[in-house]
Amino acid sequence: MSKIKSLTKKQLFLPIFSMILVMLVNVIYDIACGNPPLSFFQIATQTTTSGNTILFGRLIDVLNRGSEVAILAIGMTLVVSASAGTDISVGSVMSLSGGLCCMLLAGYGVTNVSEYKVPLIVGILAGIALAVVCGIFNGFLVAYLNIQPMVATLILWSAGRAIGLLLCNSAIVYVRVPSFQFLGSYCGFLPTPILVAALCILITALVLKFTAVGTFVQAVGINKKAARISGFNSSKIILICYAVCGLCAGIAGIVATSRIYSADTNNIGLNMELDAILAVALGGNSLGGGKFNLAGSIIGAYTIQAITTTLYALKVSSAQAPVYKAIVVILIVVIQSEPVKAYFKKLSAKKAAAKEAN
Amino acid sequence: MDSNIALTMRGICMTFPGVKALDNVDFTLKKGEIRALMGENGAGKSTLIKCLTGVNKFEAGEIHVDGIEGPIINKDTMDAQKKGISTVYQEVNLCPNLSVAENLYIGREPLTKIGTVNRRKMNQMAAQLMKDLDLDIDVTQNLEEYSLALQQMIAIARAVDMESKVLILDEPTSSLDDNEVEKLFGMMRRLRDQGVGIIFVTHFLEQVYAVCDGITVLRNGTLVGEYSVEELPRVKLVAAMMGKDFDDLASIKPEGINDFSKVPLEIEAKGLSHPGTIKPFDLDIHKGEVVGLTGLLGSGRSELARVIYGADKAHTGTLKVDGKEVKIKAPIDAMNLGMGLLPDDRKAEGIIGDMSVRENIVLAMQAKQGMFKKIPMAKQIEIADKFIDMLQIKTASRETLIKQLSGGNQQKVILARWLATEPDFLILDEPTRGIDIGTKTEIQKLVIKLAEEGKSVIFISSEIEEMLRTCNRMAVLRDGMKVGEIGMEEMTQEGVMHAIAGGDHHE
Ligand SMILES: Nc1ncnc2c1ncn2[C@@H]1O[C@H](COP(=O)(O)OP(=O)(O)O)[C@@H](O)[C@H]1O
Ligand SMILES: [Mg+2]
Repeated sequence: MSKIKSLTKKQLFLPIFSMILVMLVNVIYDIACGNPPLSFFQIATQTTTSGNTILFGRLIDVLNRGSEVAILAIGMTLVVSASAGTDISVGSVMSLSGGLCCMLLAGYGVTNVSEYKVPLIVGILAGIALAVVCGIFNGFLVAYLNIQPMVATLILWSAGRAIGLLLCNSAIVYVRVPSFQFLGSYCGFLPTPILVAALCILITALVLKFTAVGTFVQAVGINKKAARISGFNSSKIILICYAVCGLCAGIAGIVATSRIYSADTNNIGLNMELDAILAVALGGNSLGGGKFNLAGSIIGAYTIQAITTTLYALKVSSAQAPVYKAIVVILIVVIQSEPVKAYFKKLSAKKAAAKEAN
Repeated sequence: MDSNIALTMRGICMTFPGVKALDNVDFTLKKGEIRALMGENGAGKSTLIKCLTGVNKFEAGEIHVDGIEGPIINKDTMDAQKKGISTVYQEVNLCPNLSVAENLYIGREPLTKIGTVNRRKMNQMAAQLMKDLDLDIDVTQNLEEYSLALQQMIAIARAVDMESKVLILDEPTSSLDDNEVEKLFGMMRRLRDQGVGIIFVTHFLEQVYAVCDGITVLRNGTLVGEYSVEELPRVKLVAAMMGKDFDDLASIKPEGINDFSKVPLEIEAKGLSHPGTIKPFDLDIHKGEVVGLTGLLGSGRSELARVIYGADKAHTGTLKVDGKEVKIKAPIDAMNLGMGLLPDDRKAEGIIGDMSVRENIVLAMQAKQGMFKKIPMAKQIEIADKFIDMLQIKTASRETLIKQLSGGNQQKVILARWLATEPDFLILDEPTRGIDIGTKTEIQKLVIKLAEEGKSVIFISSEIEEMLRTCNRMAVLRDGMKVGEIGMEEMTQEGVMHAIAGGDHHE
């Protein structure tokens, strides 16, 4: 009993618990449909028309589709921790970076090309660089002008997508070159987005492990004044977090654009900021800033994707899916809220007392 | 229950992970009595009080309150409040961004007929309450506009205003100056005469004898005894708290250098100022010298030190460190020049609450090394253990969150944070506030030891006695201005008082 209790206190309990719950729903669903009970976890191989062997299955699908949110969750975790606020512009910035990338590759005003105007790498780097600039802009407003994060990032939330649309001359720009599709399709037998996300996570994890970046960010997030007196440049650290968040949005934007080999600026990254914030919360991180747990956010991100995929598997239409997601969000928020926590604490205390009385 | 008794606690036991915080403690409080609850840091005073107010759940024992049948267990502070037990905690626990009036009536706001908060009435009531207590405060201002001292007074006013049989004051005086302490004592005596029982926790021994009727002493979570003030004079009280004979605290002053004129300067400040807090001042500090800053609370003691350190940026003047002119834009610049600052507001500017003792100790060192050069874990552990041992920090482990430590132990952690950076010049702003007498002496000895090693120190304290014991020289401040200096020969309790109060000499 006490073991279970100490387990529920661990920060990773919530995300892992939710993940398992989602998987359980899948297993039950499969049994109900007469499928093999573990078909959610089944990974099969398939040969594509071009002769490549690739992996597929629902689990692969979750990992694949969840890549963007997972990448965004890295930056969002840092932003939440350092500034006790969220960057709601990431979805728009994704679209903007994808838009710039495609515009450069196709040339302004051209909507459909089958060869590059500039080298691919230039387009990608420019798109990501613009996203970093957006992050720095957000960070400057928050850290140096003391504007509330929600308000500061609201600017690019609305303007980012619009600028992207302008860059693309209000059209969908198609880049029909196979190498452009690489980031959004397959690398060998695995979907490339999985590898991109894994690489981002790995680099972040290594940086957190071998440098003191985590300490810097968290010290500022927990007590900005005390951190300053102890020699930290709080404003600079917050700015860096927003810049990294922009970088993540840029990478996610390029992946998302590559998936559909076109800059559909109206739809790329749409509402993605909500999933990213939710991933952080689901990871057991306080949206009030301070201590953070990156692993939690990442698991949170894939859990959200698992929920979405499950809903589609359950034949819920994509228009209705947000309703069910909302229910999940409400549940999580309620479970995490202080009164509910206190209630469960009291309940277990009562049980213990009753036991002692016996 | 005896009709004379306001409160009894019997056999209270309480354990924190790794610490037996209370072991079978009894406590009795009569009506119309002010009883001091004494003990060193970590003795369990705050814990006992929190058991009483329902913040902590005790494992064994009984609490009885006058007028209520049978033993009571409070669910939380609100519940305790309903039973007539009001508390003011060690650290101000109000909302800085609400108005004073809102803070006073939070949770019990007067309502209008339609059920919204009646602000006019609330402000009127609050203003009246402030007037009754002789406090000059605009109740519509945000709480944060006022000094820590006034915030503390407001917290007390809030507790006093609610019909109480038992009033608990957990180190309310640590941030008050003499004048304000006197006001508080007036308030306490008035309440005592109305029959309220008051539990008073303080680290200032003279206050015990100024206002209390009885003394209860705790040590290491156990009861040492319950006494009347007459039967426990100062020396015996200290002995009871420390569990050993009183070693003479006055004898720690070194024989060392008294004439610093030939010693090189560490700090040379000329015309430094910060608008609104401190007017231009000059200050020289020699290597190995301890300079005290004295003056009333709010006279600019902390502010002067903060300008040198760059916590507040200097607007005018020049600063030389070790003979070289330097520009300090932010604390990190000062740190790189070998400075450190232990701030007076421990909660707001000292501790990183959600980090462990270890992380808090290596924090400044890590900041100096920069973001990308992490101090290896083995080294962090070594440093943390060294200081936990050296300063005798009472903590369940080095990985315990600092916010779970008692105030004095938190202070030691912050001190360790600076000692770990091996500074040449250390600014200590109220380093012994809220700390027990034994540790106080340790810190004073440490300051003197640092000076002997050739390090310079600015020492700020509200207790003149302890400044006299540690400082070689003192600078006097009044209304945000440095008005003079006091050398060794004039450094007596009286001389300092005169200088602070102003008058003809020392100007
Ligand atoms: N929340 C807590 N968790 C763990 N240990 C605690 C907690 N609060 C207090 N303690 C420990 O209990 C002991 C008594 O602390 P406290 O009552 O705050 O002492 P005092 O107020 O007398 O200085 C100390 O050893 C302290 O470290
Ligand atoms: Mg205490």
